[in-house]
Amino acid sequence: MRGYILRRLLELVPTMMVIVVASFALVRLAPGSPFASEKQISPQVRAALEAKYGFDKPLAEQFVRYLGRIMQGDLGPSTKYPQRSVNEIIADGFPVTLTLGAVALVWALLIGITAGIIGAVRQNTVWDHAAMAAALIGISIPSFVLGPVLVLVVSLRWHLLPPAGWGDWRHVILPGLTLGTIYAASIARLTRGGMLEVVRSDFIRTARAKGLPERLVIWRHMLKGGLLPVVSYLGPAIASILTGSIVVEKIFNIPGIGPYFVDAAFNRDYFLVMGIVLIDAALLLVMNLVVDVVYTLLDPRIEYS
Amino acid sequence: MTTRDESRQAVASPAATELVVGSSLWQDAWKRLRKNHVAVASGWVLVFLAAACIIGPSMVAATWGYDYETQDLAYGPRPPSWEHPFGTDFFGRDLLTRVLYGCRVSLSVGFLAAILAATIGTVYGAVSSYAGGMIDSVMMRVVDILYALPYMFLVIILVTIAGKSLLLVFTALGAVGWLLTARVVRGQVMSLKSQDFILAAQSLGTRPGGIVFRHLIPNALGPVIVTFTLTVPAMILQEAFLSFLGLGVQAPRPSLGALINDGAHQMLVFWWTLLFPGGVMALMLMALNFLGDGVRDALDPRMNH
Amino acid sequence: MPTIATDTVLDVRDLRTYFKLDDSIVKAVDGVSFSIRRGETLGIVGESGSGKSVACLSALGLVPRPPAFHPSGQVLYRGRNLLGLPERALQDLRGNRLAMIFQDPMTSLNPYLRVSRQLTEVLEVHKSATPSEARRAAIAMLERVGIPDAGRRIDNYPHQFSGGMRQRVMIAMALLCEPEVLFADEPTTALDVTIQAQILELIAELQESFGTAVVLITHDLGVVAGTTDRVAVMYAGRIVEEGPTSEVFASPTHPYTLGLLESLPRIDAGPAGALTAIPGLPPDLGHLPSGCPFHPRCSRVLDRCRDAYPPRIALSPTHSAACFDIEVAP
Repeated sequence: MRGYILRRLLELVPTMMVIVVASFALVRLAPGSPFASEKQISPQVRAALEAKYGFDKPLAEQFVRYLGRIMQGDLGPSTKYPQRSVNEIIADGFPVTLTLGAVALVWALLIGITAGIIGAVRQNTVWDHAAMAAALIGISIPSFVLGPVLVLVVSLRWHLLPPAGWGDWRHVILPGLTLGTIYAASIARLTRGGMLEVVRSDFIRTARAKGLPERLVIWRHMLKGGLLPVVSYLGPAIASILTGSIVVEKIFNIPGIGPYFVDAAFNRDYFLVMGIVLIDAALLLVMNLVVDVVYTLLDPRIEYS
Repeated sequence: MTTRDESRQAVASPAATELVVGSSLWQDAWKRLRKNHVAVASGWVLVFLAAACIIGPSMVAATWGYDYETQDLAYGPRPPSWEHPFGTDFFGRDLLTRVLYGCRVSLSVGFLAAILAATIGTVYGAVSSYAGGMIDSVMMRVVDILYALPYMFLVIILVTIAGKSLLLVFTALGAVGWLLTARVVRGQVMSLKSQDFILAAQSLGTRPGGIVFRHLIPNALGPVIVTFTLTVPAMILQEAFLSFLGLGVQAPRPSLGALINDGAHQMLVFWWTLLFPGGVMALMLMALNFLGDGVRDALDPRMNH
Repeated sequence: MPTIATDTVLDVRDLRTYFKLDDSIVKAVDGVSFSIRRGETLGIVGESGSGKSVACLSALGLVPRPPAFHPSGQVLYRGRNLLGLPERALQDLRGNRLAMIFQDPMTSLNPYLRVSRQLTEVLEVHKSATPSEARRAAIAMLERVGIPDAGRRIDNYPHQFSGGMRQRVMIAMALLCEPEVLFADEPTTALDVTIQAQILELIAELQESFGTAVVLITHDLGVVAGTTDRVAVMYAGRIVEEGPTSEVFASPTHPYTLGLLESLPRIDAGPAGALTAIPGLPPDLGHLPSGCPFHPRCSRVLDRCRDAYPPRIALSPTHSAACFDIEVAP
């Protein structure tokens, strides 16, 4: 197992390399330039700016210099915000986004797994139908519809929570709910499905034939196998949560990196765009590794040499 | 039926249905689907929506004489009325027409992108799995790397590069969304390719291309369809996300995401600008999800009985 | 009607298990009666769909209700009717006094749990054993069933055992609480032929040690011939013939039993001998033929056979068959 983890971590390096190359190519091949928009600037100023950032050098050389920077942990300067480096911007915004994502994920897991277990154990009863209907509705309401509606009702009508901004725990609730509900719904369905698969299996029949109390049958025999699909789902779910946070941050005016990213893409703020992509990708790769390890802990049949 | 289906049937029914009356997998699935009232109702809702967005705008134009860009600044935003069943937006444009147009965009982008993704993914996964060995490793490596990339970020980058045409949007979405299908198909083919009927085909001298396209892919279609039913609403959501963020389809052409964005800003006062586009979007997604559920249940009967 | 001996452990009377489906009622078990005594081995033989598995699952209350229901019948264990017991009471008995092992040990053991866990929990639940006591007993039982290096292998997962070993683990699991009745549902069907014999021997040997009554369900007459004291032949949810194994094999009476025995390939038949099969197919349990369900396939069918179900006729104090075409010696 340790060997496996080590190998995966090592494999991260070439993967990240590919990502660096790909994002560099993608971003630089785009038409336009960081200085094309906004004000009218004279060609000399333009040239000076480009030289300052090294954009006048050939692409290959720029790439190598960029690589060198990354190795030293420096993600470069931002062209849009000249006073701040990409590192600073990310250091400011990323923890916010992570907090939001974590809250959403915890909410999704708690509600989703509970609803899924209820649905499976009380299959075809009112509870089951109610849980699954709620799940289906939850999946169908996009965050940018749910968010404003929640704000409308909870903040503006009932004055329970702040409608936007970021500061203390109360600011996290609505955005977390908005972001996490879709995943809660998916997790509920996956849990129920996984549990039902297990319910039907021969070894549950054996467990019952052994006269085990139903409680034990559920917790000890059904859960491990039943939750496997959820664990598999966590990988893409986390990726999706990171993505979805862009929209939620916009709705609730949260200072995460989402809005920075969209602007940066628009403004061709190369270093910022690539920096965010790289950090995101690294995070995802690590999370995927964690998920895979958890999966093997749950299913002993899987062996990694 | 493949042997897998037969053994699935045998396992699922202890005594009651041991005598199997001949009926193909697809016929069975269709029958089951028809019995699922919710799924059937959702199907009709979708048909209605599709019809509405195809002929709707012309009908509105015929009745009232406006299209999605006719402005009436004197009007401004007006609540629903006989002349404007959904009300008007900030510029006095009829919301009903705009919502219908938005539906067009959503449905067409959603389905086309999903079909593109499904096609690419199926061929990729089947070829990779059947080829096996080094080729399979490399191909799946590529998938893993792409999977690790933050999807939304990629799409945003692609869209900002390529401009805002509808065609490019759905190409970008489809090009990035085939990964899941590829993985699913690869898994399926993995378990299929060691089965006897493939061995038989091989010993008859069928070329690999024939085996992939005539034997493997048709038998792997079940999970592909299931994944497709998940992909369509996902693509619709992604498109809506994009337009919510201001990318994708550009004003004045409406898109549900953009409409909801506008509505969110004005929802306190002009509630209909959020309610109608949001409601239609939720309805569409809900119908797709219910129908997708029904298709999944129909193809895999174990889940409910 | 055989008298009920005083050491009868389980007495099944007129058991019926019907399944309510969308458009029909499937009569999987339609009036089955048998009893089994301490230490005895009863074989229940039949094709797929004869109801043999469902009958035994019903006895233990393991058939999901709904869609199953029992319109009549009793399963008497120590004077209590199991069919009427609440789930709690049944749980106390299952795995404890009445045990069951299943056909496919690969799918019947929980792949996500260690064998140790699956064994010890039976003792912890039924005998209030402490974890260490349970573990010791489990290791001892594993050794008893022939698992080498039991002390270490007990911590393995099921997939780390071979098919035959897994079935031994299942048997160990079932016998840990020294039950009075063991239902074995096709325990050897999924195994290699050589392993089959070993497993059957193991069951017989353990049965002698513990005095367990064994109900052996199988479609394989060869298995029945070698291991059972009595045999009951089932067709379409009913027992068509039953008696001591030696008697039934020596003088099979019911046309179905005859057909089964005749269809066994014989080593002395010679190359020209074609295989005799029973013509026709097993009936659809949702749409049974009128009268005797075997009549469409019977070579000795009489008019009466279409109208009514034949009564059970005693051919000897211990051997009976349900057929209209039997001549009882005066």
